[in-house]
Amino acid sequence: MVAEAEPRTLAEKVWESHIVRRAEGEPDLLYIDLHLVHEVTSPQAFNGLRDAGRSVRRPDLTLATEDHNVPTLQIDRPIADPVSRTQVEALRKNCAEFGVPLYPLGSDEQGIVHVVGPQLGVTQPGMTVVCGDSHTSTHGAFGALAFGIGTSEVEHVLATQTLPLKPFKTMAVTVEGELPADVTAKDLILAVIAEIGTGGGQGYVLEYRGSAIEKLSMEARMTVCNMSIEAGARAGMIAPDATTFDYLKGRPKAPSGSDWDAAVAWWSSLPTDDGATFDREVVIDASRLSPFVTWGTNPGQGLPLSSSVPDPTQIADPAERSAAERALEYMELVPGTPLSAIDVDTVFLGSCTNGRIEDLRVAAEILQGRHVADGVRMLVVPGSVRVRLQAESEGLDQVFTGAGAEWRHAGCSMCLGMNPDQLAPGERSASTSNRNFEGRQGKGGRTHLVSPQVAAATAVTGRLTSPADLAVRAGGSAANA
Amino acid sequence: MEKFTTHSGRVLPLRRSNVDTDQIIPAVYLKRITRDGFEDGLFAAWRKDPDFVLNRPQFEGATVLVAGPEFGTGSSREHAVWALQNYGFRVVISPRFADIFRGNSFKGGLLTVELPEGVVERIWALAETDPGAEVTVDLRTRTVDFADESVAFELDEYARWRLLEGLDDVGLTLRHTDSVDAFESARPSWMPRTVAL
Repeated sequence: MVAEAEPRTLAEKVWESHIVRRAEGEPDLLYIDLHLVHEVTSPQAFNGLRDAGRSVRRPDLTLATEDHNVPTLQIDRPIADPVSRTQVEALRKNCAEFGVPLYPLGSDEQGIVHVVGPQLGVTQPGMTVVCGDSHTSTHGAFGALAFGIGTSEVEHVLATQTLPLKPFKTMAVTVEGELPADVTAKDLILAVIAEIGTGGGQGYVLEYRGSAIEKLSMEARMTVCNMSIEAGARAGMIAPDATTFDYLKGRPKAPSGSDWDAAVAWWSSLPTDDGATFDREVVIDASRLSPFVTWGTNPGQGLPLSSSVPDPTQIADPAERSAAERALEYMELVPGTPLSAIDVDTVFLGSCTNGRIEDLRVAAEILQGRHVADGVRMLVVPGSVRVRLQAESEGLDQVFTGAGAEWRHAGCSMCLGMNPDQLAPGERSASTSNRNFEGRQGKGGRTHLVSPQVAAATAVTGRLTSPADLAVRAGGSAANA
Repeated sequence: MEKFTTHSGRVLPLRRSNVDTDQIIPAVYLKRITRDGFEDGLFAAWRKDPDFVLNRPQFEGATVLVAGPEFGTGSSREHAVWALQNYGFRVVISPRFADIFRGNSFKGGLLTVELPEGVVERIWALAETDPGAEVTVDLRTRTVDFADESVAFELDEYARWRLLEGLDDVGLTLRHTDSVDAFESARPSWMPRTVAL
């Protein structure tokens, strides 16, 4: 019991409180408090259970929804793509057979799995949360240890409610100071990834801390933790505090009455102790950040929007240089071009990174009284049905459609283009999603990752634009306001 | 899972870094509900280019994929491992793998080996000058042999044992059901449930 006396990090506390079994020379067997399931990474896992004659150990700690494949138009009709339909139908059949609760397309609780969990209050501090999806790191915003797993592990959790795992290393990402106006959680995390690289977080749980993080809303914290995987990290976490508790209180699955008090008492013991040490520390000055966009084909290839497309010949590291050359060729960009001069065809507002109500509000605020530029298509895809209904109750849908944007149903949509929402070859998007990989949003498509504010401003001008520049340029369009 | 002890095969030299999971298998190929048939999706976008290394006849039948650093970044899709295996690869060598991809590879019996960039460079050079040259990856001795070199690699002892024995994790964990029962009985009653049973 050496660990009792020593100061510990948030991640270590959550880990140690979930050890079912620890034995020399073996990974720890960790208990899983919540297992989120969707249609793409689960069918082979359910087949495995069936083949072995096994059941789901804790259907009451398991929750399924349909998100990756689902259409965002005409959702009352059968899914047109027969292969997508088969996959969704397989999930329905598996959930019915194994007793797993499912929120299917058409349900008021359906949506992107990482939006659904938090809004139900089923994601809580100190929990272990897994899902066959790398953006499970989103749930770390609550001080949960949440990480993506593969299908074999999905099967393992279904059967045993545990996972054998070797402890992760810990990295503190400390962000001190005040974020300037128009600089969002998205800009912050893109800057962090550019700083530590797409492999810099490998093997680590990142703990985001410092005054700039403490001031973020829960939704902004989810945006930050969501993209931890883009730095290669297993998970991202933020210590639970009053912001976390306020968000959870009264949610359908949050504890109530004396249970609430017991829960808050435990949650309050979770933040990293003074004197605890991290395996690595990175410090970021929030006041020096500005709207950030990606220019390349991995999320680490980003720069302030006020700068220019980099010149690969100036990059010293040979692997990075050749990656930059390839990226610029794919993106059809010329070194030295101001990033704010890059034209786009498509703007995508949505995803588990930026598809929550606050994201829609800030974008609607910018689009209010303005119009999407000619020749630009803007898709607004709420992260869940609840987000969609909330937006409609606030009239945001009217702002979007009034500006010429398309108001869609909930799902992953163009973030990864498993449904019909895809870029055509050669098309270029400004996207609030999380990955700018080659072809991610559709074969031959080109993606610039941006914040919701930059997405909205870009929709208005048709080229990568910060909201501040929009205000300066407003002259003409302001007349419509 | 099939046991892995040693494998000798020819090399596919993939001179790229940050080979992400969307390149290994794009999302539109993830819709199958079986563990096989994913070979069509492997590097689907890059394969459109007739010059892409996978399309070059001299590398046909290669079973050891050798790539640059940060292989497998991005998604948790185990389909990336299945696509490589379905196509015929048994081993992937890279200076560094993304965590989730690496974990998935061991679950499925695809051996992923981390070797320094200099060694990867020499294996690439060997394959490019002599596409018929074989590399031997021996999990028992934890060595990679090529040309006149024998290079040791590191692998967690537990992962190595599982691969050598071809063990199924679920089966191993189910031996400890008593420990899971005990843990569950001590969990706070207020912790959330997704459905009343």
